[in-house]
Amino acid sequence: MSRRQLILIALLLLAACALPFFVSNYRTFQFTLALVYSIALLGLNLLTGYNGQISLGHGAFYAIGAYCAAILMDQYGVPYWATLPVAAVVCLVAGFLFGLPALRLEGLYLALATFALGVSLPALLKYHHLEKWTGGVQGIVINKPEAPFGLPLNADQWLYFFTLAVAVLMFVLAWNMLRGRVGRAMVAIRDHHIAAEAMGVNTAMVKSLTFGVSAMYTGIAGALGAIAIQYVAPDSFNFFLSIMFLVGIVVGGLASISGAIYGALFIQFVPNIADEISKAAPWAIFGVFMIGFVYLMPMGVAGAVRVAMARLSRMTQNRQRSI
Amino acid sequence: MKFVPIAALLAVALASPAALAQKKYDPGANDKVIKIGNTNPYSGPASAYGQIGKSIGAYWKMVNDKGGINGRKIEWISYDDGYSPPKTVEMARKLVEQDQVLFVFQPLGTPPNSAIHRYMNAKKVPHLFVATGATKWNDPKNFPWTMGWQPNYQTEGRIYAEHILKNNPKAKVGVLYQNDDYGKDYLKGFRDGLGDRAASMIVKEVSYETSDPTVDSQIVQLQASGADTFFNITTPKFAAQAIRKAYDTGWKPMHYLNNVSTSIGSVLKPAGLEKAEGLISTQYLKEQTDEQWKDDPAIKEWEAFMKKYYPDGDLLSSFPLYGYTVAQTLHQVLKQAGDNLTRANIMKQAASLKDFRPDTMLPGIRINTSATDFAPIESEQLVRFDGQQWRRFGPIIGK
Repeated sequence: MSRRQLILIALLLLAACALPFFVSNYRTFQFTLALVYSIALLGLNLLTGYNGQISLGHGAFYAIGAYCAAILMDQYGVPYWATLPVAAVVCLVAGFLFGLPALRLEGLYLALATFALGVSLPALLKYHHLEKWTGGVQGIVINKPEAPFGLPLNADQWLYFFTLAVAVLMFVLAWNMLRGRVGRAMVAIRDHHIAAEAMGVNTAMVKSLTFGVSAMYTGIAGALGAIAIQYVAPDSFNFFLSIMFLVGIVVGGLASISGAIYGALFIQFVPNIADEISKAAPWAIFGVFMIGFVYLMPMGVAGAVRVAMARLSRMTQNRQRSI
Repeated sequence: MKFVPIAALLAVALASPAALAQKKYDPGANDKVIKIGNTNPYSGPASAYGQIGKSIGAYWKMVNDKGGINGRKIEWISYDDGYSPPKTVEMARKLVEQDQVLFVFQPLGTPPNSAIHRYMNAKKVPHLFVATGATKWNDPKNFPWTMGWQPNYQTEGRIYAEHILKNNPKAKVGVLYQNDDYGKDYLKGFRDGLGDRAASMIVKEVSYETSDPTVDSQIVQLQASGADTFFNITTPKFAAQAIRKAYDTGWKPMHYLNNVSTSIGSVLKPAGLEKAEGLISTQYLKEQTDEQWKDDPAIKEWEAFMKKYYPDGDLLSSFPLYGYTVAQTLHQVLKQAGDNLTRANIMKQAASLKDFRPDTMLPGIRINTSATDFAPIESEQLVRFDGQQWRRFGPIIGK
């Protein structure tokens, strides 16, 4: 990572830390949700962007993470922060187990299998033998965490910083993983499956593990989302959520870490903007936005930013040379 | 910073006690406007309910055209939540914190309202006349800022149970219900009504999902169970299917249909009127497609309203009439509140409705609330379908 990139990231982080002191609590809450989505999108991007496996069912892992957090807090009085590791482990295992049989499925077939997962989970959550824990259709209401240690922050601000800290950790971990051996193996499998195998990559293991890690990221996001919303119910995790995740990574930029952030901002704020433009057909407006983004930035927002930065640096170099 | 206007207001109030007695405002109200917030599913699978939000918006347009309420216009801010609880939380916060509405009125659906239940009460913003029949909205002790409106499903389930116990104590009952909170609430009320005989009297319970194409196989199962009485807890589309199938298979049980699906235009006609003969249900609103209300002045007025203010609304659907009636109730609350438009007074007025009767409700049904009773409509009328219209029979049941 270049020095310039480091400075840029430090500045961004600084801006992110200052944000809740300049905007209303409602906006802070919205940015918290955007951070939550960015973690989920990063998870899906590991799977789809870097490893080439399409998932139409990541909403299911998000739901599992959310229910882990809600059930632990509601039934067992576990503090909110302690629910995240549990949600992570549960989703890692669930994702890995789902990834194993899904190995035999490629492309569209995998998409359909994950689709099945996405549509069936809300119904499973309503299953009445599980009702004791899940609360059935009524869902579970949970308490909002207050700032600890007497910090002078309100609940919204505290949750924002907590989510920001988790997000930064998850992004650094992902970055670290992707630039190493495992990351290269993931990309190699995406680009040429047989060549990767010939080079000695254990494709089955890497693919299943990627599925697991991807599900883990999304599950952590789900747990954070549940804490922020203070409520989980099967209706919160309909199939539409999975599609929105896919929209997010494509608009943000496939196979790009920063793309997860752009994508998260897109799925958090653009539907609201669309709703404000037209009450009658908000989703038509949303569609126009989506087509606009995909058409103008075929590599996602992250790709467009990369190109713009490269051009900028070339321009400054040329200027220096001409002087 | 936020305290400055309040402090200023206090200073003014202390300086002139007379002004205090006259006009009082919380955020969202002033001399000209009352801001009301709402969420409704305008998109997604539950978007048919969006007609309720639209008809209420149309009602305020009419009220504003006629000069508003106590000289103030109504500003109606209604957001789409797609029946998704997280979205409802976001939109409710937008309404309260950014749009600064005086209160939130008629957000729709049990899960969306559950999601904002605590938030509204923590913020002390009225969460008024929510559009769901769950029982938990009547809890003034723990949730003094939330109030339901329609009769709750459990009460209605109990009414049918009592009717069965009285008329056919040896009945063998089959139940079909929608597998969600709405269906289960009805079933719970019904079981509670039957008491310890529920286990022996209910011979079969089957459920369906809203994603099922038909309920034909469920009806066949119920018929095969030997039940002679059928409690039908279904939403309009499935109700029509169930009525037709129960008749076509030659089952012909004693058939109780929940109030949700009593529309003649959108349920009984599609099922076949002759197949619906003998159905027993309860009502609290006039059914606009029922012949007997054809010349009723209130229904005529409603139709004129629909033509002028909500022309794309469905005249056969029960949703716009529901929206119109609940809006009338709020209209009354705001009239009573007068110039004291604080959140506390809105709640107080909503909790002091006395024998209020919107003209689109059935004769004899009245709205009564008090500081300990946050369930506005608690009575219903038993009705029987004679092949043409719903005939009222027996007394009004409930308070």
